[in-house]
Parts: sequence; structure tokens; C-alpha cells
Amino acid sequence: MSEEFPPVIQALAEAVSSEFPNGLLGRTSFRGNHRFHVCPKQSHAILKYLKTRGGFGMLVDLSAADYLQYPDAEDRYGVWYCLLDVENGRRLIVKTNANDPDPSLDSVVDLWEGANWMEREVYDMYGIEFRNHPDLRRILLPDEFVGHPLRRDYPMRGKGERHNFPVLTRAEG
Amino acid sequence: MALEDFLGDNIFVTKLNDIASWCRKNSLWPMPFATACCGIELMATGASKHDIARFGAEAFRFTPRQCDLMIVAGRVVMKMVPVLQRIWLQMPEPKWCISMGACASSGGVFDTYSVVQGIDRFLPVDVYIPGCPPRPEQLLQAVIDLQDKIQRTGTVLGSEFDRRIRPEGPRPLALEVPQELQIVAPGNFASSNRLVPGNCNGQANILKGFNGEKR
Amino acid sequence: MALKLADVIAPPADVREKDYLWTLNFGPQHPATHTTLRIVLNLDGEVIVNSVPDIGYLHSGFEKLGEHLDFNQYVTIVDRMNYISPVANEIAWHQAVETLLGIELTPRCQYIRVIFSELMRLHDHLLCVGAAALDLGAFTAFLYAFNQREKINELNEWASGQRFHPSYTRVGGLQRDLDDVWIGKLRAFIKQFPAALADVTGLLNRNRIFLDRTRDVGVLTREEAINRSVTGPVARASGLVRDLRKDEPYLAYKDFDFKVVAAKEGDCLSRYLVRMEEMRESIKIINQAIENLPSGPVNAAVDDRMVLPNQLSVYRSIEGLIHHFELFMTNRKWKPPVEEVYAATESPNGELGFYIVSDGSGTAYRARTRPPSFIHFALFNHLAQGHTISEVAPILGSLNIIAAELDR
Repeated sequence: MSEEFPPVIQALAEAVSSEFPNGLLGRTSFRGNHRFHVCPKQSHAILKYLKTRGGFGMLVDLSAADYLQYPDAEDRYGVWYCLLDVENGRRLIVKTNANDPDPSLDSVVDLWEGANWMEREVYDMYGIEFRNHPDLRRILLPDEFVGHPLRRDYPMRGKGERHNFPVLTRAEG
Repeated sequence: MALEDFLGDNIFVTKLNDIASWCRKNSLWPMPFATACCGIELMATGASKHDIARFGAEAFRFTPRQCDLMIVAGRVVMKMVPVLQRIWLQMPEPKWCISMGACASSGGVFDTYSVVQGIDRFLPVDVYIPGCPPRPEQLLQAVIDLQDKIQRTGTVLGSEFDRRIRPEGPRPLALEVPQELQIVAPGNFASSNRLVPGNCNGQANILKGFNGEKR
Repeated sequence: MALKLADVIAPPADVREKDYLWTLNFGPQHPATHTTLRIVLNLDGEVIVNSVPDIGYLHSGFEKLGEHLDFNQYVTIVDRMNYISPVANEIAWHQAVETLLGIELTPRCQYIRVIFSELMRLHDHLLCVGAAALDLGAFTAFLYAFNQREKINELNEWASGQRFHPSYTRVGGLQRDLDDVWIGKLRAFIKQFPAALADVTGLLNRNRIFLDRTRDVGVLTREEAINRSVTGPVARASGLVRDLRKDEPYLAYKDFDFKVVAAKEGDCLSRYLVRMEEMRESIKIINQAIENLPSGPVNAAVDDRMVLPNQLSVYRSIEGLIHHFELFMTNRKWKPPVEEVYAATESPNGELGFYIVSDGSGTAYRARTRPPSFIHFALFNHLAQGHTISEVAPILGSLNIIAAELDR
């Protein structure tokens, strides 16, 4: 499903594809969401280009999805960066992907400081490693947690972590 | 009775247990263990309209060592359970626990990998409050019920607690996942010993508590 | 009074960093955290050198649940995300779902959602201001604020049946229409609200303790706000004038006359002032919305089989019953396009967006929340560095961190 791109986004797409010949894999649009699908190897360079030349100063959202059971999906993980041009109010979503066995991407913390915790969350939930991240640790789950709960092959009720505590009785209080 | 005729209206004759329980029940000091939505209703109960002070329980103290009533308001997740247990152990006797809301009592709508399905699996609970979240009136009713319970069962030396040496809640859900699928966090998480993988056969696998004694 | 690190006398060279810095554990159970936050503070005497927030003490798997519950069921979970402005979350979630399904709302539904959005803004800001004041010792302002919150809870209850988590919106509409009694109650509430707001203002705006502890504390510049993805009142207090209600008008916001409130200083005091002023603007919006409330149905596009039929048609007609069944049976439900969509609203706390990945079934394949609290709490170390330990409370209070939204 593809819609018309606004001229500015159209021009930007052409600029990106001339600057990075193999970087821009495709672009789609759906109900006002304009998406660039980019090559994971060049994602950092393209995002840097979009920030410095395209004016997208704010990273609104960064997250991922596991496309394990998705119809016609080729890559296991998709990672999206929702960008916002604060001065002109334009939005753009940049999508890239990662694959097993070692899903990894370049960190964008050097471009946007706000990406720090969001990348940690993606690492925690999906196990995607971000290269050059200053402090890549688990953020929501305890450090000794095994597994990545938002992956599709992880059961919703978990694997027994939640009932693994000593029981206190009334008499020992 | 002859003794009361002799003493007149100025002096009551009662049992020491009753007078101690009467004092305790009317000066509950709650420890608000507020984690989520129910915590806001707990604040509303303390605020102007509902005013928990009418029941002698308005002295909220955030340090467990000054409290004798823990109100667990909101869901407790696995990262929080050691904190909850430590706070419970730090409270001086005699002490009581109110499990406020569906999440604290049973997990509520959150039947997920991280939410404990009822704090009573790991902690003794005296009064449960249903609701998601309960109305402030329900919390007040729970306080009244607890006061009633204290009056009926309380003793000076707290000997009513001594007999309760068994876990009172439902058993931990250790058998919920087949053994070969279980992944249990290794290591020493916040000073409490955790299950060893491959040793999960119900109650007997939980060998050690905080104080390390066998149960 | 920001004490900068450079002002502190430098320690002798042979003292290692570990030797004179000490660590303080703030939370997870602390009155000023309100809910479950933990911050490990690294202190030089009383000055914060570094702080490491440790979150996840309320991580309950919201997003995993979003992959298992359908578009209408997940509303009950979304409610519990930012529990001090529940309907704002519902509106954000269903806006994303409706963008995915391509549903156009009726004018009456849009207006009612606007009214609820603004009521929730009052709901949120009252608690934020009241609790921030409570942490700084001003207990009375908290009582005034909670008194008003009780009234909003009553309005919720009258409209939907639940006072705290109404679960009021549905795909393409609302649970039920509002009646005239509710409108009367809302008018009465709006009429008395400015006086209560004036009370809170009077208690705080010239309160020396409150002013001294919030002015020039936790300063965030505009550049940093952009760099760190900050939105909402926190960003507007730093001069980043951006409000989705004006910039990307959703619902019926383009019909209303209101101002976007902003400040330049970016400290805790200006965040408080922005919130107070936003409440006044919200009252203006609600007033206009009641006066111009359109009549007509609240549920859109009944023929499209997207919206739940009303109770009468379910009980009285076979078509209504079948329609109802189709949306509830696990193998039918909605038929969204196999697409992805991001839609955001201006929630009281900032930009609350949902990114839905749909695989063509009635359940989201991935329901990502863009939580403002999560992004604002990441600021904490930046704001607190160089301040004294007593300034942790005002900074936390002014960021309005809601743990359930933070950890999800």
C-alpha cells in the first residue's frame, strides 16, 4: 500500500539514495507515516545524514519488533527510528533490520542522547546489541534474567521466573 | 459482680489481652507499600474526602520500622519481591498485612512473565481487598475488618502468630511450566536464594529463606 | 541554587575517587518516589556527582499483553499504564487503532474525547502539582488538589461506571453516550474549578520555601530537550514550543481556541507554572466543547463492521447479534491491513504514541508504547548533577514520573 510522498520527503529520499547508493532499500507510506527502509550496515550513516542535512533534530521513538511469525517476513527483527523535524513539524520513520544469531546494530546515542535508554530497552526485550553504546545493560528486568521476553518464542507467562522466591510464614516475621 | 459494685464506674475490669488489642487496633500505623494505581487510591483515602484518620490509621510512615500495618497497593513484580519481603521482615511485631487490589491479591489482569500472581504466595496476608482498584470505602472497610480481627484474636505477647508456621497462601506456581522449559535466574538475587534449574518439584524445592534456615 | 561541581573544593590528588564519594540508595520504597523508582546517588558530601536510575520495579509486561489481547480488550491494560490520566491513554491507543483501520470518528465522539482528554489533563496536573508540593512540605495544596480529583473521578464514574479506570473508549467510538445529567455535572465542576485552582496558586506561588526549592533547580535547555527527545510540559517549560494539539491537530482540536503555554527558564518552577497555566487553557477548551457539543451518534461507521453495535440492536435484532459476535469470536474480529502505523497524541505528560504492527488479525502483532515518563526519567541524571540531595524531590516531582508507564 503506497501513498503519495510529500515533495520534501521525496526530495530527501532522492538525496539519500544518491548519497548512499545501496543504503536506501525502499520507501513506503501508509496513512501519513512515511518510512525509509535502510540497509543495517549504513543505518548510522543515513541517520546522521538525516539529522544533519534533513533537519530531523529529535528522535521521538526507537523500538523493535520480532517478525518471527509475521506473514512474508524476511528478517527476524525490525528496528524503527521515529524522527521529528522540530522546526517544521515533519515526521519520518526509518526502518532497518537485524538477524540471528547475533543481532546487532550501530548505536545512535552519539547522534541523539535520548536514544540511550530506548536502545537499552530494545536490548533488554529483544537481545539486539547496539555497538558503541556507552552503557548497554538490562534496564527493566533484573540483571540475572535469562532470555528476552518480547521475542515471539518467549511464552507470555514466562518460564518460571515469577515463582522463584522463598516463602515467608507468619511466625518468622 | 461484686467487684464492679465495689469499684464503681471509674474503673473497668478487663482482660489484658483485650485492652492490648483495643489499643493496637485503634492506632494502626500503616506502611504504604504503594506500587501502582492502587497507591493513588490509597492517597485518596488519606486525603480530604475519605479521611482515613477517622479510623485511627492516618499516621502513614514510610519507614517500616515505625509501622505495624503494611498495605500492599498495586502489583508486585519479580524484581520487587525481595524488597517487599525485606520491608516486611523489618517491621516490628505485632504486624498485619492488607493486600489491596486484584493485582496484589492474585495478579489481576497481569498474567505475565514478571508479575507475581498474588503476594500471599510469598508473604502472609491478613485482609484481601478486591477491586481494580478498590474504592477508598473498600479500603476503609478492610481497616475496620482488620480492627475486628485484632480485637478477636489478639494477645499481649502475640502468641496468636506463633502457631502460624506454615505458608498460608496458595503454593508457588512451580509446576506451571514443564521442567525442561524452565529457565530460572541463576545466582543470588538480592540476598535470597533462588531455585536451582532441574530441581523443580513443587514445594520442597524452596529450601532456604532469608535467614538460611531449612523449612 | 545550583551548586556546580567546579565550585566544590577539589580533593587532594592522592585521594582516589572511591575514597571520598559515598553512595546513597534512593528508593525503591521512598515517600518522594511515590511509586517504585530507585536511584543510586553518588555523593560528594551533599552534592550529587552522579546518579544511576535503576528502573523495572514495576515492569509487568504490558507490551507482551498487547500482543495477546484484541484492540478493545487491550484498553483495560492501557488504562493502567499512566494511571493518573487513564482516559488519555485509551484515546491514544484507539487513535492508533483507528488510524490503522482507517476509521473516521463522528463529530460528537471527537468532542467527547476532547472533553475527556482535557479532564485528564486536569487530573494529571492536579496530582503532579499536589504531590510535588507535598514532597516539599506543602501538605495543604495536596488536599485541595485531591478534592478536585475526587470530583473528576465522580465524573468518570457517572460516564462509564468505574471511577478510576473507566475503559471508556472503544474502536471507532465510546462505551456509551453521555447524558444531560453528566453535562450538568461537568458544568458545575467547571464553574467551581477556577476558584480551587486559585486556592492552589495562592498557596504555592508566593510560598518562599516552594519558590526557593524549585527556582533554578534542574535546568533543562532547549537544545538538550531536543537532543533527549523531551516532549510535553517539560519541553514547553524549556522553550521547546511544541504541542501536538496545535501542530498536528487530531480529534477536533482545530475547532478550539486555546493557547500553547510555554516558558523559557526550563527549571522546576517553570514546569510547575506551565502545568498550572495549562489547566486554565484546558478549562477554556472544555467550556467551548460543552457549548458546541454536536448531536448525533457517537459510534462511527456501523456498516463497516468495525464498531461494536449498541446494546439494543444486539438484543433486538439478528443482524446486531451477528455483528456483535463477529467482533468477539476469536477467528473473526477486525480485518486490518498488514501494515504498521505510528500515531501520537498530546497526553498530559507529553507525546504518547503507539506503534502498531499488524499482521492482519484483530490482535496487534506488536503494540509499542512511546512512554513519555520513560524518556523523561532518562533526563534525571542530567538534571540532578551538581545539585544537593534535597533537590532530588523537586526534580522528580516536576518530571511527573509514573512508574507504570515508565516500566510498563
